[in-house]
Amino acid sequence: MQVYRFTGDTKPDQVLNEAGEVVGSLPDNAADLALEWYPFMIFCRKFDERAQLLQRQGRLGTYAPFRGQEAAQIASFAVLRPSDWVFPTYRELAGMMYHGLEPVHALLKSRGHPDSGRMPDGLRMAPVQIAIAAQILHAVGAGWACELQQTDDIAVAYFGDGATSEGDFHEGMNFAAVMRLPVVFFCQNNQYAISVPVERQTASPTIAQKAIAYGVEGIRVDGNDVFAVYQAMRYAVDRARRGEGPTLIEAVTYRLGPHTTADDPGRYREAADVERWAAAKDPLVRLRLWLTRQGLWDDARQAACEEEAEARVRQAVAEMEAYPHKPLAEAARHVYAEVPEGLALDLAERGKEAR
Amino acid sequence: MPKWTMIEAIRDALAIALRDDPRVLVFGEDVGKNGGVFRATDGLQAEFGEARVVDTPLAEKAIVGTAVGLAMAGMKPVAEIQFLGFAYEAMDQIAAQLARIRFRTQGRFTAPAVIRAPYGGGVRTPELHSDSLEALFAHTPGLVVVTPSRPYDAKGLLLSAIRSPDPVIFLEPIRLYRAFREEVPEGDYEVPLGRAAVRREGSDVTLVAWGPTVPVAESAAVQVASQGISCEVIDLRTLAPLDRSVLKASVEKTGRAVIVHEAVRYAGLGAEMAASIMDLAFYHLRAPIERVAGLDTPYPPAALEDAWLPSVTRVVEAIQRVMQD
Ligand SMILES: Cc1ncc(C[n+]2csc(CCOP(=O)(O)OP(=O)(O)O)c2C)c(N)n1
Repeated sequence: MQVYRFTGDTKPDQVLNEAGEVVGSLPDNAADLALEWYPFMIFCRKFDERAQLLQRQGRLGTYAPFRGQEAAQIASFAVLRPSDWVFPTYRELAGMMYHGLEPVHALLKSRGHPDSGRMPDGLRMAPVQIAIAAQILHAVGAGWACELQQTDDIAVAYFGDGATSEGDFHEGMNFAAVMRLPVVFFCQNNQYAISVPVERQTASPTIAQKAIAYGVEGIRVDGNDVFAVYQAMRYAVDRARRGEGPTLIEAVTYRLGPHTTADDPGRYREAADVERWAAAKDPLVRLRLWLTRQGLWDDARQAACEEEAEARVRQAVAEMEAYPHKPLAEAARHVYAEVPEGLALDLAERGKEAR
Repeated sequence: MPKWTMIEAIRDALAIALRDDPRVLVFGEDVGKNGGVFRATDGLQAEFGEARVVDTPLAEKAIVGTAVGLAMAGMKPVAEIQFLGFAYEAMDQIAAQLARIRFRTQGRFTAPAVIRAPYGGGVRTPELHSDSLEALFAHTPGLVVVTPSRPYDAKGLLLSAIRSPDPVIFLEPIRLYRAFREEVPEGDYEVPLGRAAVRREGSDVTLVAWGPTVPVAESAAVQVASQGISCEVIDLRTLAPLDRSVLKASVEKTGRAVIVHEAVRYAGLGAEMAASIMDLAFYHLRAPIERVAGLDTPYPPAALEDAWLPSVTRVVEAIQRVMQD
């Protein structure tokens, strides 16, 4: 009888440790990448804080904060091309904006605006998925299409730790593995699915190891370490482009904010825990430590960068508030290719109310 | 008697059921430590322990599928689907499994589980959080489909649901969770399944509504009363099986009917109600039956939902139309 047991290390791969010291192998152009990423991370952090504030003021609807997860998102999206297919959740706004989504557009979802689902023409990016794990299967389908169309484009599914409990995750992994499709399964393990901690989501010590059961490669990486995420994603994307099949990446990170603006995390986690993650593992702090040590950053640059980020956020909010309303009658044109007779009659009968 | 909101009444029903019957089990996503995203299960895990009030993994199909097995094996599962839109994930287990156990085994096994889910719009939720899917369940033989419109009923109907020999889909209108308070008895009581309630007596028009549209119909009735139109408001409470006798008696009296629901109109339950009224009281009808419903589009984003939902104004207009004939 052979009993399989996980015997591996649960420590995630790192390039930069919590002190910002190099403990792994840096990408070739690490300094250039960092100088591009870090200011964008500052912008994202401010965007996130402002969005939460706007919700409190009643200027924005439900919003799902991503702070703490900027590294996992930005460094992984950095590996993608505009022609790759991306299937995000509601929590990937930082990565999506890095990939080219206008900040004003990123705010429209929480505004409840119908145009929020219309992604920019130049990108193959699906609108944010609300049903947990559903997009994983779409990524598998898009990856399949890339292969059928004989391009070297690939597909990426973003999802959280909670999503790995859904059947869609398991069916998607298995399907992609059997068909050897160019798909990257990118899990941001931010430790919670609303109030339920990852220990109640899975009894396996890591999410990455689930790859073994499906015959897929699995990587567990420190999700708050931009370089480690970048290296892992580059490995997975290159494999997929070469036709070597899917990879599951588990980026170990932490959601510093609430699940959404409707959630009170005080009910299920200790403030001390949040502070511990914020103090020791914040991806922004870590990258700044490294940049400073390289002589590439100082307080003056930080101040200038924050000011610029602030202005950009203000601009996005102004654009959001000026964004034109779309009447129901206009949004309703997009249910079918042609408006069905019954719907047209109904809209006509409703007249001005449908605005 | 305490004055409670619907959410408090539901929580109380769950506590009573857990206390009353050791076979009762409450489970779902975030129902334990967090007490549910709407607090319907607040404090229950602290009182009854982690074995009886259980945070499950994020897996709707597993939540309903295990409820089937638990119920077949003699437990009393009360499972929560966090928002009704996510019941799509579990439709196979609900429609092809849960609903058919009794029929498939010709009574050898039954699966009297309760599936609770918040639903309905008007509260500016993200996509899939507001959909009214009652027609999917009502179209599935074997399920009892219940939706309360007030705290008193919510508690009594939920206790009946938990004690029902059949599986019950218990739909809770999000908009009414905290809309108002009502006196609710503290003790154990049941409101019978399968019985509609006449919320307001009237002689000119029958308004048929359920769940979130009951207050809409009531407001419309008040508004047209000042124009001398007398409406009878029927709160169906159980959508399947249908309480035919109340519909029959009411339309025989009024001769006119307006059906109000939030779900999209096409192939919605309004069509079934209209057909039932035709069967039951055709020769008493004095005007074509009107339906006021959601538009035939997916539930829209928040910025458009006021325009999308059936409003009091639209119900009033429909009442005036049927009164012209
Ligand atoms: C199928 C489905 N069930 C339930 C929900 C409600 N819900 C929204 S987010 C969430 C938790 C998701 O956790 P995770 O996958 O870890 O992602 P995170 O939010 O942490 O990024 C739940 C239960 C949903 N959106 N979809």
